Amino acid sequence: MTSAVALPPSPAMPARTPLASRAAAAIPKILFWIYVLAFFVYLFAPLVVMSAAAFNTSRFPTVTPWLGTTTDWFAQMVDDAAMWRALWTSAIVALGVVAIAVPVGTAAALVLTSLHARAKSVLYALMVSPLLTPGVVIGIATLVLWRQIGVGGGLLLIVLAQASFISAYVMLMVAARLQRFDRTLEEAALGLGASKLMVFRRVLLPFLKPALLAAALLATLQSIENYNTTLFVRGFETPLTVYIATKVRTGLTPAVNALALVMIAITIAGALAWEIARRLEARRSAASSS
Amino acid sequence: MSALTGRFGPGLAGLFLVLVGFWLAGLVLAPNLMMIDFALRPNLLPADVGGPLDTYSLDNLAYLAGEPVHREIFLKTVWASALVTIATFVVCYPLAFWLAQTASPSAASLVVLALVIPFWINEVLRTLAWYILLAFRGPLNAFLMNLGILDEPMRWYGDGGVLAGMVYAYILFMLFPIYNSIESLEKAQIEAARDLGAATWRIHLRIVIPHAKAGIATGCVFTFMLAAGSYVAPALLGAPGSRWFTQIIYNWFFEGGDWNRGAAYALVLLVLCLAVVLITLRVFRVSLTDVAK
Repeated sequence: MTSAVALPPSPAMPARTPLASRAAAAIPKILFWIYVLAFFVYLFAPLVVMSAAAFNTSRFPTVTPWLGTTTDWFAQMVDDAAMWRALWTSAIVALGVVAIAVPVGTAAALVLTSLHARAKSVLYALMVSPLLTPGVVIGIATLVLWRQIGVGGGLLLIVLAQASFISAYVMLMVAARLQRFDRTLEEAALGLGASKLMVFRRVLLPFLKPALLAAALLATLQSIENYNTTLFVRGFETPLTVYIATKVRTGLTPAVNALALVMIAITIAGALAWEIARRLEARRSAASSS
Repeated sequence: MSALTGRFGPGLAGLFLVLVGFWLAGLVLAPNLMMIDFALRPNLLPADVGGPLDTYSLDNLAYLAGEPVHREIFLKTVWASALVTIATFVVCYPLAFWLAQTASPSAASLVVLALVIPFWINEVLRTLAWYILLAFRGPLNAFLMNLGILDEPMRWYGDGGVLAGMVYAYILFMLFPIYNSIESLEKAQIEAARDLGAATWRIHLRIVIPHAKAGIATGCVFTFMLAAGSYVAPALLGAPGSRWFTQIIYNWFFEGGDWNRGAAYALVLLVLCLAVVLITLRVFRVSLTDVAK
Protein backbone atom coordinates (compact mmCIF):
# COMPACT_ATOMS: atom_id res chain seq x y z
CA MET A 1 0.00 0.00 0.00
CA THR A 2 2.92 2.31 0.59
CA SER A 3 6.21 3.03 -1.01
CA ALA A 4 6.43 0.02 -3.30
CA VAL A 5 6.91 2.21 -6.32
CA ALA A 6 9.85 4.26 -5.19
CA LEU A 7 12.08 1.21 -5.14
CA PRO A 8 13.53 -0.66 -8.11
CA PRO A 9 11.63 -3.81 -9.10
CA SER A 10 13.04 -6.78 -7.29
CA PRO A 11 14.77 -9.53 -9.24
CA ALA A 12 12.48 -12.07 -7.59
CA MET A 13 9.44 -10.58 -9.32
CA PRO A 14 8.22 -12.57 -12.31
CA ALA A 15 8.99 -10.91 -15.63
CA ARG A 16 6.10 -8.99 -17.15
CA THR A 17 5.68 -6.80 -20.17
CA PRO A 18 6.81 -3.26 -19.26
CA LEU A 19 3.36 -1.76 -19.68
CA ALA A 20 1.53 -4.33 -17.56
CA SER A 21 4.14 -4.21 -14.82
CA ARG A 22 4.02 -0.45 -14.74
CA ALA A 23 0.23 -0.55 -14.38
CA ALA A 24 0.48 -3.18 -11.65
CA ALA A 25 3.09 -1.13 -9.85
CA ALA A 26 0.86 1.94 -10.00
CA ILE A 27 -2.05 0.32 -8.13
CA PRO A 28 -0.55 0.50 -4.62
CA LYS A 29 0.44 4.08 -5.29
CA ILE A 30 -3.09 5.03 -6.38
CA LEU A 31 -4.62 3.25 -3.39
CA PHE A 32 -2.22 5.06 -1.10
CA TRP A 33 -3.12 8.48 -2.48
CA ILE A 34 -6.83 7.69 -2.15
CA TYR A 35 -6.13 6.87 1.49
CA VAL A 36 -4.19 10.14 1.99
CA LEU A 37 -7.02 12.08 0.37
CA ALA A 38 -9.61 10.36 2.59
CA PHE A 39 -7.44 11.02 5.64
CA PHE A 40 -7.30 14.74 5.00
CA VAL A 41 -10.98 14.97 4.10
CA TYR A 42 -11.69 13.25 7.44
CA LEU A 43 -9.35 15.69 9.16
CA PHE A 44 -10.64 18.92 7.66
CA ALA A 45 -14.25 18.36 6.56
CA PRO A 46 -15.64 18.76 10.10
CA LEU A 47 -13.69 21.98 10.63
CA VAL A 48 -14.67 23.39 7.23
CA VAL A 49 -18.35 22.60 7.83
CA MET A 50 -18.23 24.10 11.32
CA SER A 51 -16.54 27.27 10.04
CA ALA A 52 -18.83 27.67 7.04
CA ALA A 53 -21.92 27.28 9.23
CA ALA A 54 -20.96 30.53 10.97
CA PHE A 55 -22.04 32.37 7.81
CA ASN A 56 -25.38 30.60 7.28
CA THR A 57 -28.53 32.39 8.43
CA SER A 58 -29.99 29.05 9.65
CA ARG A 59 -30.56 29.15 13.43
CA PHE A 60 -29.18 25.68 13.93
CA PRO A 61 -25.54 25.61 12.77
CA THR A 62 -25.40 23.71 9.49
CA VAL A 63 -24.49 24.21 5.85
CA THR A 64 -27.42 22.24 4.41
CA PRO A 65 -29.68 23.90 3.47
CA TRP A 66 -27.90 27.19 2.89
CA LEU A 67 -30.52 29.77 3.83
CA GLY A 68 -28.47 32.85 3.06
CA THR A 69 -25.10 34.38 3.84
CA THR A 70 -24.74 36.59 6.90
CA THR A 71 -22.16 37.90 9.32
CA ASP A 72 -24.77 38.53 12.04
CA TRP A 73 -23.53 35.59 14.11
CA PHE A 74 -20.20 37.30 14.58
CA ALA A 75 -21.96 40.39 15.92
CA GLN A 76 -23.98 38.16 18.25
CA MET A 77 -20.83 36.46 19.46
CA VAL A 78 -19.17 39.79 20.22
CA ASP A 79 -22.29 40.89 22.13
CA ASP A 80 -22.48 37.68 24.15
CA ALA A 81 -21.53 38.77 27.66
CA ALA A 82 -21.56 35.17 28.97
CA MET A 83 -18.96 34.20 26.37
CA TRP A 84 -16.65 37.03 27.45
CA ARG A 85 -17.06 36.05 31.11
CA ALA A 86 -16.18 32.45 30.20
CA LEU A 87 -13.10 33.64 28.30
CA TRP A 88 -12.08 35.75 31.28
CA THR A 89 -12.48 32.77 33.63
CA SER A 90 -10.32 30.64 31.32
CA ALA A 91 -7.67 33.37 31.18
CA ILE A 92 -7.48 33.64 34.98
CA VAL A 93 -7.24 29.87 35.32
CA ALA A 94 -4.51 29.70 32.67
CA LEU A 95 -2.54 32.43 34.45
CA GLY A 96 -2.77 30.51 37.73
CA VAL A 97 -1.76 27.26 36.07
CA VAL A 98 1.30 28.83 34.42
CA ALA A 99 2.29 30.45 37.73
CA ILE A 100 2.29 27.02 39.43
CA ALA A 101 3.23 24.59 36.68
CA VAL A 102 6.26 26.40 35.23
CA PRO A 103 8.20 26.76 38.54
CA VAL A 104 7.11 23.32 39.74
CA GLY A 105 7.96 21.58 36.46
CA THR A 106 11.33 23.34 36.26
CA ALA A 107 12.18 22.43 39.85
CA ALA A 108 11.16 18.83 39.14
CA ALA A 109 13.44 18.60 36.09
CA LEU A 110 16.36 20.03 38.10
CA VAL A 111 15.77 17.67 41.04
CA LEU A 112 15.68 14.71 38.64
CA THR A 113 19.11 15.53 37.19
CA SER A 114 20.71 15.39 40.62
CA LEU A 115 19.39 11.94 41.47
CA HIS A 116 20.85 8.53 40.79
CA ALA A 117 19.36 5.76 38.72
CA ARG A 118 17.02 4.00 41.16
CA ALA A 119 15.53 7.00 42.99
CA LYS A 120 15.38 8.82 39.68
CA SER A 121 13.26 6.19 37.96
CA VAL A 122 10.83 5.97 40.89
CA LEU A 123 10.40 9.73 41.07
CA TYR A 124 10.15 9.98 37.30
CA ALA A 125 7.35 7.39 37.23
CA LEU A 126 5.48 9.36 39.89
CA MET A 127 5.96 12.61 37.97
CA VAL A 128 4.64 11.31 34.65
CA SER A 129 1.80 9.33 36.25
CA PRO A 130 -0.66 12.27 35.94
CA LEU A 131 -0.20 12.09 32.15
CA LEU A 132 -1.34 8.48 32.17
CA THR A 133 -4.29 9.18 34.46
CA PRO A 134 -7.66 9.95 32.83
CA GLY A 135 -8.52 13.63 33.21
CA VAL A 136 -11.81 12.92 34.94
CA VAL A 137 -10.00 10.96 37.66
CA ILE A 138 -7.65 13.88 38.34
CA GLY A 139 -10.66 16.17 38.72
CA ILE A 140 -12.50 13.77 41.01
CA ALA A 141 -9.48 13.09 43.21
CA THR A 142 -8.86 16.82 43.66
CA LEU A 143 -12.52 17.42 44.42
CA VAL A 144 -12.79 14.78 47.17
CA LEU A 145 -9.51 15.82 48.81
CA TRP A 146 -10.51 19.45 49.17
CA ARG A 147 -14.03 18.70 50.33
CA GLN A 148 -12.43 17.18 53.44
CA ILE A 149 -11.22 20.64 54.44
CA GLY A 150 -14.36 22.41 53.31
CA VAL A 151 -13.19 23.78 49.96
CA GLY A 152 -15.65 23.24 47.10
CA GLY A 153 -15.17 23.36 43.36
CA GLY A 154 -14.17 26.75 41.92
CA LEU A 155 -11.22 28.68 40.52
CA LEU A 156 -8.74 27.39 43.10
CA LEU A 157 -9.55 23.73 42.48
CA ILE A 158 -9.57 24.16 38.69
CA VAL A 159 -6.07 25.65 38.87
CA LEU A 160 -4.73 22.97 41.25
CA ALA A 161 -6.25 20.07 39.34
CA GLN A 162 -4.97 21.33 35.99
CA ALA A 163 -1.53 22.14 37.43
CA SER A 164 -1.17 18.56 38.68
CA PHE A 165 -0.81 17.19 35.15
CA ILE A 166 0.38 20.30 33.25
CA SER A 167 3.42 20.43 35.58
CA ALA A 168 4.41 17.06 34.11
CA TYR A 169 4.46 18.51 30.58
CA VAL A 170 6.64 21.38 31.78
CA MET A 171 8.97 18.94 33.54
CA LEU A 172 9.42 16.94 30.30
CA MET A 173 10.13 20.03 28.19
CA VAL A 174 12.63 21.49 30.66
CA ALA A 175 14.31 18.10 31.15
CA ALA A 176 14.74 17.76 27.37
CA ARG A 177 16.52 21.11 27.21
CA LEU A 178 18.62 20.36 30.32
CA GLN A 179 20.08 17.30 28.58
CA ARG A 180 21.95 19.62 26.23
CA PHE A 181 23.27 21.85 29.00
CA ASP A 182 27.03 21.99 29.37
CA ARG A 183 27.79 21.76 33.10
CA THR A 184 31.29 23.12 32.61
CA LEU A 185 29.73 26.56 32.07
CA GLU A 186 28.51 26.48 35.67
CA GLU A 187 31.92 25.39 36.91
CA ALA A 188 33.59 28.17 34.95
CA ALA A 189 31.26 30.77 36.48
CA LEU A 190 31.87 29.39 39.98
CA GLY A 191 35.61 29.42 39.34
CA LEU A 192 35.37 33.07 38.40
CA GLY A 193 33.82 33.81 41.78
CA ALA A 194 30.07 33.83 41.09
CA SER A 195 27.79 32.62 43.87
CA LYS A 196 25.60 29.55 43.31
CA LEU A 197 22.51 31.73 43.19
CA MET A 198 24.14 33.96 40.61
CA VAL A 199 25.20 30.99 38.48
CA PHE A 200 21.61 29.80 38.49
CA ARG A 201 20.26 33.21 37.54
CA ARG A 202 22.86 34.21 34.99
CA VAL A 203 23.92 30.88 33.44
CA LEU A 204 21.28 28.18 33.83
CA LEU A 205 18.08 30.24 33.64
CA PRO A 206 19.06 32.08 30.43
CA PHE A 207 19.93 28.72 28.88
CA LEU A 208 16.53 27.32 29.87
CA LYS A 209 14.62 30.42 28.75
CA PRO A 210 13.42 29.11 25.35
CA ALA A 211 12.14 25.92 26.98
CA LEU A 212 10.45 27.92 29.74
CA LEU A 213 8.69 30.17 27.24
CA ALA A 214 7.57 27.20 25.15
CA ALA A 215 6.39 25.42 28.31
CA ALA A 216 4.43 28.48 29.43
CA LEU A 217 2.75 28.63 26.02
CA LEU A 218 1.93 24.94 26.07
CA ALA A 219 0.63 25.20 29.65
CA THR A 220 -1.64 28.09 28.62
CA LEU A 221 -3.04 26.14 25.67
CA GLN A 222 -3.49 22.97 27.73
CA SER A 223 -5.28 24.92 30.42
CA ILE A 224 -7.64 26.78 28.11
CA GLU A 225 -8.55 23.67 26.17
CA ASN A 226 -9.04 21.41 29.17
CA TYR A 227 -12.52 20.07 29.73
CA ASN A 228 -12.50 16.65 31.42
CA THR A 229 -10.66 17.66 34.57
CA THR A 230 -12.30 21.07 34.79
CA LEU A 231 -15.81 19.62 34.54
CA PHE A 232 -15.53 18.00 37.97
CA VAL A 233 -13.85 20.82 39.91
CA ARG A 234 -15.52 23.83 38.34
CA GLY A 235 -18.11 24.41 41.04
CA PHE A 236 -20.18 27.31 39.72
CA GLU A 237 -17.45 28.62 37.41
CA THR A 238 -17.89 28.42 33.65
CA PRO A 239 -14.64 28.41 31.67
CA LEU A 240 -14.76 28.60 27.89
CA THR A 241 -14.84 24.86 27.11
CA VAL A 242 -17.62 24.29 29.63
CA TYR A 243 -19.50 27.25 28.17
CA ILE A 244 -19.30 25.80 24.65
CA ALA A 245 -20.35 22.32 25.77
CA THR A 246 -23.29 23.76 27.73
CA LYS A 247 -24.41 25.68 24.66
CA VAL A 248 -24.99 22.40 22.85
CA ARG A 249 -27.57 21.48 25.48
CA THR A 250 -29.15 24.88 26.07
CA GLY A 251 -29.44 26.20 22.52
CA LEU A 252 -26.68 26.03 20.00
CA THR A 253 -26.60 28.88 17.49
CA PRO A 254 -23.99 29.70 14.83
CA ALA A 255 -22.62 32.32 17.25
CA VAL A 256 -20.65 29.40 18.73
CA ASN A 257 -19.41 28.59 15.21
CA ALA A 258 -18.29 32.19 14.85
CA LEU A 259 -16.29 31.73 18.06
CA ALA A 260 -14.90 28.45 16.71
CA LEU A 261 -13.85 30.14 13.48
CA VAL A 262 -12.03 32.87 15.38
CA MET A 263 -10.23 30.22 17.43
CA ILE A 264 -9.33 28.27 14.28
CA ALA A 265 -7.98 31.45 12.65
CA ILE A 266 -5.84 32.20 15.71
CA THR A 267 -4.66 28.60 15.71
CA ILE A 268 -3.63 28.64 12.06
CA ALA A 269 -1.85 31.97 12.50
CA GLY A 270 -0.08 30.58 15.55
CA ALA A 271 0.90 27.34 13.81
CA LEU A 272 2.26 29.27 10.81
CA ALA A 273 4.18 31.70 13.02
CA TRP A 274 5.63 28.77 14.94
CA GLU A 275 6.68 27.02 11.72
CA ILE A 276 8.23 30.17 10.25
CA ALA A 277 10.14 30.82 13.48
CA ARG A 278 11.33 27.20 13.46
CA ARG A 279 12.55 27.45 9.85
CA LEU A 280 14.33 30.75 10.47
CA GLU A 281 15.99 29.22 13.50
CA ALA A 282 17.02 26.13 11.50
CA ARG A 283 18.43 28.31 8.71
CA ARG A 284 20.32 30.44 11.21
CA SER A 285 21.86 27.46 12.99
CA ALA A 286 22.73 25.91 9.61
CA ALA A 287 24.39 29.17 8.56
CA SER A 288 26.37 29.47 11.78
CA SER A 289 27.62 25.88 11.68
CA SER A 290 28.86 26.03 8.08
CA MET B 1 20.05 15.35 47.69
CA SER B 2 23.56 16.49 48.53
CA ALA B 3 24.19 16.82 44.80
CA LEU B 4 21.31 19.28 44.65
CA THR B 5 22.54 21.47 47.52
CA GLY B 6 26.09 21.22 46.20
CA ARG B 7 25.02 22.59 42.87
CA PHE B 8 22.45 25.21 43.81
CA GLY B 9 23.18 26.03 47.44
CA PRO B 10 20.82 25.27 50.34
CA GLY B 11 18.34 28.07 49.59
CA LEU B 12 17.54 27.21 46.01
CA ALA B 13 17.77 23.47 46.59
CA GLY B 14 15.29 23.82 49.46
CA LEU B 15 12.93 25.82 47.26
CA PHE B 16 13.08 23.18 44.51
CA LEU B 17 12.35 20.42 46.99
CA VAL B 18 9.41 22.33 48.46
CA LEU B 19 7.95 22.89 44.98
CA VAL B 20 8.35 19.25 43.97
CA GLY B 21 7.01 18.09 47.33
CA PHE B 22 3.98 20.35 46.98
CA TRP B 23 3.29 18.95 43.53
CA LEU B 24 3.79 15.26 44.16
CA ALA B 25 2.40 15.08 47.67
CA GLY B 26 -0.26 17.77 47.49
CA LEU B 27 -1.49 17.59 43.91
CA VAL B 28 -0.80 13.98 42.91
CA LEU B 29 -0.60 11.56 45.85
CA ALA B 30 -2.94 13.07 48.44
CA PRO B 31 -5.90 13.47 46.06
CA ASN B 32 -5.57 9.91 44.80
CA LEU B 33 -5.22 8.49 48.31
CA MET B 34 -8.27 10.45 49.42
CA MET B 35 -10.16 9.11 46.44
CA ILE B 36 -9.31 5.55 47.52
CA ASP B 37 -10.43 6.41 51.06
CA PHE B 38 -13.72 7.75 49.71
CA ALA B 39 -14.20 4.71 47.53
CA LEU B 40 -13.93 2.33 50.48
CA ARG B 41 -16.33 4.18 52.80
CA PRO B 42 -20.12 4.20 52.74
CA ASN B 43 -22.12 7.29 51.80
CA LEU B 44 -23.38 8.56 55.16
CA LEU B 45 -25.31 11.49 56.53
CA PRO B 46 -22.95 14.09 58.04
CA ALA B 47 -24.04 13.05 61.54
CA ASP B 48 -22.94 9.44 61.01
CA VAL B 49 -19.48 10.26 59.64
CA GLY B 50 -16.90 8.90 62.07
CA GLY B 51 -19.58 6.88 63.87
CA PRO B 52 -20.01 3.10 64.08
CA LEU B 53 -21.39 2.91 60.53
CA ASP B 54 -18.28 4.57 59.08
CA THR B 55 -16.22 1.46 58.32
CA TYR B 56 -14.08 0.44 55.38
CA SER B 57 -15.60 -2.06 52.99
CA LEU B 58 -15.65 -3.04 49.34
CA ASP B 59 -19.40 -2.39 49.10
CA ASN B 60 -19.10 0.39 46.54
CA LEU B 61 -16.98 -1.77 44.27
CA ALA B 62 -19.31 -4.72 44.78
CA TYR B 63 -22.19 -2.48 43.76
CA LEU B 64 -20.59 -1.89 40.37
CA ALA B 65 -20.07 -5.63 39.91
CA GLY B 66 -23.67 -6.36 40.87
CA GLU B 67 -25.47 -3.59 39.01
CA PRO B 68 -26.17 -5.05 35.55
CA VAL B 69 -26.58 -1.74 33.68
CA HIS B 70 -23.43 -0.16 35.12
CA ARG B 71 -21.42 -3.35 34.70
CA GLU B 72 -22.56 -3.55 31.10
CA ILE B 73 -21.58 0.07 30.43
CA PHE B 74 -18.20 -0.46 32.07
CA LEU B 75 -17.43 -3.52 29.97
CA LYS B 76 -18.64 -1.76 26.86
CA THR B 77 -16.40 1.23 27.60
CA VAL B 78 -13.43 -1.13 27.88
CA TRP B 79 -13.94 -2.90 24.59
CA ALA B 80 -15.10 0.21 22.75
CA SER B 81 -11.93 2.00 23.90
CA ALA B 82 -9.92 -0.94 22.58
CA LEU B 83 -11.80 -0.65 19.30
CA VAL B 84 -11.07 3.08 19.14
CA THR B 85 -7.39 2.29 19.75
CA ILE B 86 -7.25 -0.29 16.95
CA ALA B 87 -9.16 1.95 14.53
CA THR B 88 -6.88 4.89 15.29
CA PHE B 89 -3.83 2.70 14.71
CA VAL B 90 -5.15 1.48 11.36
CA VAL B 91 -5.94 5.03 10.25
CA CYS B 92 -2.56 6.41 11.32
CA TYR B 93 -0.01 3.70 10.52
CA PRO B 94 0.22 4.12 6.70
CA LEU B 95 0.52 7.89 6.95
CA ALA B 96 3.12 7.62 9.72
CA PHE B 97 5.14 5.22 7.56
CA TRP B 98 4.91 7.46 4.53
CA LEU B 99 5.88 10.55 6.54
CA ALA B 100 8.85 8.83 8.13
CA GLN B 101 10.24 6.86 5.20
CA THR B 102 9.04 8.04 1.81
CA ALA B 103 8.03 11.70 1.96
CA SER B 104 10.55 14.39 1.09
CA PRO B 105 11.51 16.54 4.11
CA SER B 106 9.61 19.58 2.86
CA ALA B 107 6.47 17.55 2.06
CA ALA B 108 6.70 15.89 5.48
CA SER B 109 6.97 19.19 7.34
CA LEU B 110 4.03 20.59 5.38
CA VAL B 111 1.89 17.56 6.21
CA VAL B 112 2.90 17.72 9.88
CA LEU B 113 1.84 21.36 9.95
CA ALA B 114 -1.51 20.46 8.38
CA LEU B 115 -1.94 17.71 10.95
CA VAL B 116 -1.16 19.92 13.90
CA ILE B 117 -3.74 22.59 13.08
CA PRO B 118 -6.87 20.59 13.97
CA PHE B 119 -5.22 19.55 17.22
CA TRP B 120 -4.43 22.98 18.51
CA ILE B 121 -8.18 23.47 18.54
CA ASN B 122 -9.67 22.12 21.71
CA GLU B 123 -11.42 18.79 22.04
CA VAL B 124 -14.81 20.35 22.73
CA LEU B 125 -14.77 22.32 19.47
CA ARG B 126 -13.49 19.32 17.52
CA THR B 127 -16.34 17.25 18.89
CA LEU B 128 -18.79 20.07 18.24
CA ALA B 129 -17.68 20.01 14.60
CA TRP B 130 -18.67 16.33 14.44
CA TYR B 131 -21.92 17.08 16.23
CA ILE B 132 -22.82 19.54 13.46
CA LEU B 133 -21.59 17.29 10.65
CA LEU B 134 -23.51 14.23 11.86
CA ALA B 135 -26.80 15.97 12.73
CA PHE B 136 -29.93 14.21 11.47
CA ARG B 137 -30.66 17.04 9.02
CA GLY B 138 -26.97 17.82 8.79
CA PRO B 139 -24.42 17.99 5.99
CA LEU B 140 -23.30 14.35 5.98
CA ASN B 141 -26.83 13.03 5.49
CA ALA B 142 -27.56 15.69 2.87
CA PHE B 143 -24.35 14.82 1.03
CA LEU B 144 -24.95 11.06 1.05
CA MET B 145 -28.57 11.52 -0.07
CA ASN B 146 -27.44 13.80 -2.90
CA LEU B 147 -25.06 11.11 -4.08
CA GLY B 148 -27.90 8.61 -3.88
CA ILE B 149 -26.06 6.45 -1.33
CA LEU B 150 -28.81 7.01 1.24
CA ASP B 151 -32.53 7.24 0.54
CA GLU B 152 -33.40 8.77 3.88
CA PRO B 153 -31.28 10.34 6.63
CA MET B 154 -29.35 8.08 9.02
CA ARG B 155 -29.11 8.57 12.78
CA TRP B 156 -25.35 8.89 13.22
CA TYR B 157 -25.41 9.85 16.89
CA GLY B 158 -24.67 6.73 18.92
CA ASP B 159 -21.90 4.16 18.69
CA GLY B 160 -20.81 5.14 15.17
CA GLY B 161 -20.69 8.87 15.96
CA VAL B 162 -18.74 8.27 19.16
CA LEU B 163 -16.23 6.08 17.32
CA ALA B 164 -15.73 8.62 14.51
CA GLY B 165 -15.37 11.52 16.94
CA MET B 166 -12.94 9.69 19.22
CA VAL B 167 -10.67 8.41 16.45
CA TYR B 168 -10.62 11.97 15.16
CA ALA B 169 -9.78 13.41 18.56
CA TYR B 170 -6.85 11.08 19.25
CA ILE B 171 -5.15 10.78 15.82
CA LEU B 172 -2.14 12.84 16.81
CA PHE B 173 -1.49 10.90 20.02
CA MET B 174 -1.14 7.81 17.83
CA LEU B 175 0.50 9.30 14.75
CA PHE B 176 3.45 11.15 16.25
CA PRO B 177 4.89 8.40 18.45
CA ILE B 178 4.71 5.94 15.54
CA TYR B 179 6.18 8.49 13.12
CA ASN B 180 9.08 9.18 15.48
CA SER B 181 9.89 5.52 15.92
CA ILE B 182 9.66 4.61 12.21
CA GLU B 183 11.87 7.57 11.35
CA SER B 184 14.85 5.93 13.03
CA LEU B 185 14.56 2.84 10.82
CA GLU B 186 17.30 2.61 8.18
CA LYS B 187 15.85 2.76 4.67
CA ALA B 188 18.48 0.22 3.63
CA GLN B 189 16.82 -2.45 5.77
CA ILE B 190 13.58 -2.13 3.85
CA GLU B 191 15.39 -2.13 0.53
CA ALA B 192 17.38 -5.19 1.49
CA ALA B 193 14.22 -7.05 2.44
CA ARG B 194 12.60 -6.05 -0.82
CA ASP B 195 15.62 -7.07 -2.87
CA LEU B 196 15.48 -10.45 -1.19
CA GLY B 197 11.90 -10.78 -2.41
CA ALA B 198 9.85 -9.98 0.70
CA ALA B 199 6.29 -8.85 0.01
CA THR B 200 5.21 -5.43 1.24
CA TRP B 201 2.99 -6.79 4.03
CA ARG B 202 5.84 -9.02 5.17
CA ILE B 203 8.26 -6.11 5.32
CA HIS B 204 5.84 -4.24 7.56
CA LEU B 205 5.09 -7.25 9.75
CA ARG B 206 8.69 -8.40 10.18
CA ILE B 207 10.74 -5.21 9.99
CA VAL B 208 8.84 -1.95 10.37
CA ILE B 209 6.37 -2.90 13.11
CA PRO B 210 8.94 -4.65 15.34
CA HIS B 211 11.24 -1.66 14.95
CA ALA B 212 8.45 0.79 15.79
CA LYS B 213 6.99 -1.17 18.71
CA ALA B 214 7.90 1.43 21.33
CA GLY B 215 6.08 4.12 19.35
CA ILE B 216 3.13 1.86 18.65
CA ALA B 217 2.85 0.90 22.32
CA THR B 218 3.02 4.57 23.33
CA GLY B 219 0.36 5.61 20.85
CA CYS B 220 -1.94 2.75 21.85
CA VAL B 221 -1.54 3.37 25.57
CA PHE B 222 -2.38 7.06 25.26
CA THR B 223 -5.27 6.50 22.89
CA PHE B 224 -6.81 3.85 25.12
CA MET B 225 -6.45 5.97 28.24
CA LEU B 226 -7.92 9.05 26.56
CA ALA B 227 -10.79 7.06 25.03
CA ALA B 228 -11.72 5.30 28.27
CA GLY B 229 -11.61 8.62 30.13
CA SER B 230 -13.39 10.61 27.43
CA TYR B 231 -16.45 12.59 28.38
CA VAL B 232 -17.17 15.08 25.55
CA ALA B 233 -17.47 12.65 22.65
CA PRO B 234 -20.03 10.32 24.27
CA ALA B 235 -21.90 13.28 25.76
CA LEU B 236 -22.25 15.10 22.42
CA LEU B 237 -22.15 12.32 19.83
CA GLY B 238 -23.74 9.51 21.81
CA ALA B 239 -27.29 8.30 22.13
CA PRO B 240 -29.03 6.88 25.22
CA GLY B 241 -27.84 3.44 24.12
CA SER B 242 -24.18 4.42 23.89
CA ARG B 243 -23.52 5.74 27.39
CA TRP B 244 -19.91 5.83 28.53
CA PHE B 245 -18.55 4.89 31.96
CA THR B 246 -17.43 8.48 32.64
CA GLN B 247 -21.04 9.60 32.27
CA ILE B 248 -22.10 7.19 35.02
CA ILE B 249 -19.33 8.57 37.24
CA TYR B 250 -20.46 12.12 36.53
CA ASN B 251 -24.02 11.21 37.52
CA TRP B 252 -22.91 9.82 40.88
CA PHE B 253 -21.26 13.13 41.65
CA PHE B 254 -23.70 15.67 40.30
CA GLU B 255 -27.04 13.89 40.03
CA GLY B 256 -27.00 10.77 42.20
CA GLY B 257 -25.34 12.58 45.10
CA ASP B 258 -23.26 9.58 46.16
CA TRP B 259 -19.64 10.69 46.00
CA ASN B 260 -18.38 7.51 47.61
CA ARG B 261 -19.78 5.37 44.86
CA GLY B 262 -18.58 7.89 42.27
CA ALA B 263 -15.08 7.73 43.78
CA ALA B 264 -15.20 3.93 43.68
CA TYR B 265 -16.14 4.00 40.00
CA ALA B 266 -13.39 6.54 39.26
CA LEU B 267 -10.94 4.27 41.09
CA VAL B 268 -11.97 1.35 38.87
CA LEU B 269 -11.36 3.53 35.80
CA LEU B 270 -7.94 4.56 37.12
CA VAL B 271 -6.92 0.98 37.90
CA LEU B 272 -8.11 -0.14 34.46
CA CYS B 273 -6.01 2.52 32.71
CA LEU B 274 -2.91 1.90 34.82
CA ALA B 275 -3.25 -1.85 34.26
CA VAL B 276 -3.52 -1.38 30.49
CA VAL B 277 -0.50 0.94 30.52
CA LEU B 278 1.70 -1.35 32.62
CA ILE B 279 0.71 -4.56 30.85
CA THR B 280 1.18 -3.03 27.39
CA LEU B 281 4.58 -1.66 28.32
CA ARG B 282 5.61 -5.01 29.80
CA VAL B 283 4.40 -6.97 26.76
CA PHE B 284 6.13 -4.64 24.29
CA ARG B 285 9.17 -4.34 26.62
CA VAL B 286 9.02 -0.55 26.54
CA SER B 287 10.20 1.59 29.45
CA LEU B 288 8.24 4.49 30.88
CA THR B 289 11.01 6.87 29.80
CA ASP B 290 10.27 6.07 26.16
CA VAL B 291 6.57 6.71 26.64
CA ALA B 292 6.68 10.19 28.10
CA LYS B 293 8.52 12.31 25.58
